[in-house]
Amino acid sequence: MTSTGLAGLGIVVLVTILLAFLALIHRRSPFSFRSIPAFWRVRRAASLVVEDGTRLHVSLGNGSILTPAGASALAGLSLLRRLAEFTSLSDRPPIATSGTGLLNLLAQDSLRTAHDAVVIDETFDMNNARVTGFTPLAYVAGVMPAIRDEGISSNVFIGNFGPEVGLLVEAADRQNAAVVAASDSLTAQAVLFPSSSETIIGEELYAAGAYLQSGPAHAASLVVQDILRWLIIVALIVAAGLKAAGLL
Amino acid sequence: MKKIFASANAVIAISGGIIVLLGYFIDALSGFRFFLLQWSVILAGVAVLVGIGNLFSVHLQKIRQGKPGSIYSVVLLFFMLLTAIACFTPALKPFQGMLLDGIMLPVEVSLIAVLAVTLIYSAIRLLRVRSDLSSILFLTTVLIVLMGIGPIPVLGQLPVVSDWLRPFISTVLATGGARGILIGVALGTLTTGLRILIGVDRPYGGK
Repeated sequence: MTSTGLAGLGIVVLVTILLAFLALIHRRSPFSFRSIPAFWRVRRAASLVVEDGTRLHVSLGNGSILTPAGASALAGLSLLRRLAEFTSLSDRPPIATSGTGLLNLLAQDSLRTAHDAVVIDETFDMNNARVTGFTPLAYVAGVMPAIRDEGISSNVFIGNFGPEVGLLVEAADRQNAAVVAASDSLTAQAVLFPSSSETIIGEELYAAGAYLQSGPAHAASLVVQDILRWLIIVALIVAAGLKAAGLL
Repeated sequence: MKKIFASANAVIAISGGIIVLLGYFIDALSGFRFFLLQWSVILAGVAVLVGIGNLFSVHLQKIRQGKPGSIYSVVLLFFMLLTAIACFTPALKPFQGMLLDGIMLPVEVSLIAVLAVTLIYSAIRLLRVRSDLSSILFLTTVLIVLMGIGPIPVLGQLPVVSDWLRPFISTVLATGGARGILIGVALGTLTTGLRILIGVDRPYGGK
């Protein structure tokens, strides 16, 4: 094993131990986090769709699960599962759209699990999770009619998007539907900032589970991210100091 | 039965994930990692076929139920079948290129053009939607970068903006900010992946 491999393995083991340890601590005395208005708005949107009989739409983007971009989609799936549990009792169950076959299968499974946990006597419609197109623009072109025709009052765009996500926000705006949007792509974040009233910037995307009480592991992973961030800051400052002193 | 199925899913996903992860660090496992990755690529290919089936099913359901906009679903299914026939009939191969270059590409290009207009409109109404310091900073930065990026009619290149301010914003401030965001995203990716690897998050069903 090379030294880089050893360091990588060490980081993975350290993060896993920290996750388990902090999750245990969170069970005893829950961590408190700063307020992120977008997540408060997501919860409010989920309550509203149940009250007024409209539909919630979760768009998971078109990031492949087999690439690093898939992590944002996995965070989106976690949020989808939680929101589906909140809104499964609504007259109109939530719909999820995605741009890849694998992501769609996972979205179908997340929706079905949430449906089975809440609703007993109604059959689950597999078409509530759907692929709308396999290229970024085809995906967006397929989602826009769904936003218009399916009685959607709240949209959550979370996953890997490109600049084309601006078209989705515009389509939702035309229907006066609420939009909360998050992406791991810098270009999409730059487009979402002026387009959407509630944009989730940077790693806040991965905090969705913790803010919607998905479990202690989600809260623990936020604290782990903070610890690692501080370690990186210290390492950067030390490395810059050493470089300035001519020792590196 | 459902519980057994969910547990089997979890065991396969977690063990597969751990082997692939360890394969990156331990040379002895790298061969098996490639083997598993090849399997996952095949499964992803099958998932595309399932996705196409889902697309077909959603639009067929829309037509059957007479939902608003179902005429577009008829058009989509017609062209879907036409493309499938063009793909599987060797004699129709030139027609396949025509479908792609003559319909798909122009439609996508026109969507990009609409996107450009949408973005300008969003920037114009930004201060109405969200009038705070970050919005003012965003718009000011956009204006400075736009003014410094190319020659302005009559005035030409703006001396300080083009030579110093725009390069400073794009190479120092924007790059620094982008790297900070990307480090945050990478940390989020790491913890999300590990949550799935230890079985806390199960996007493949089960509690």
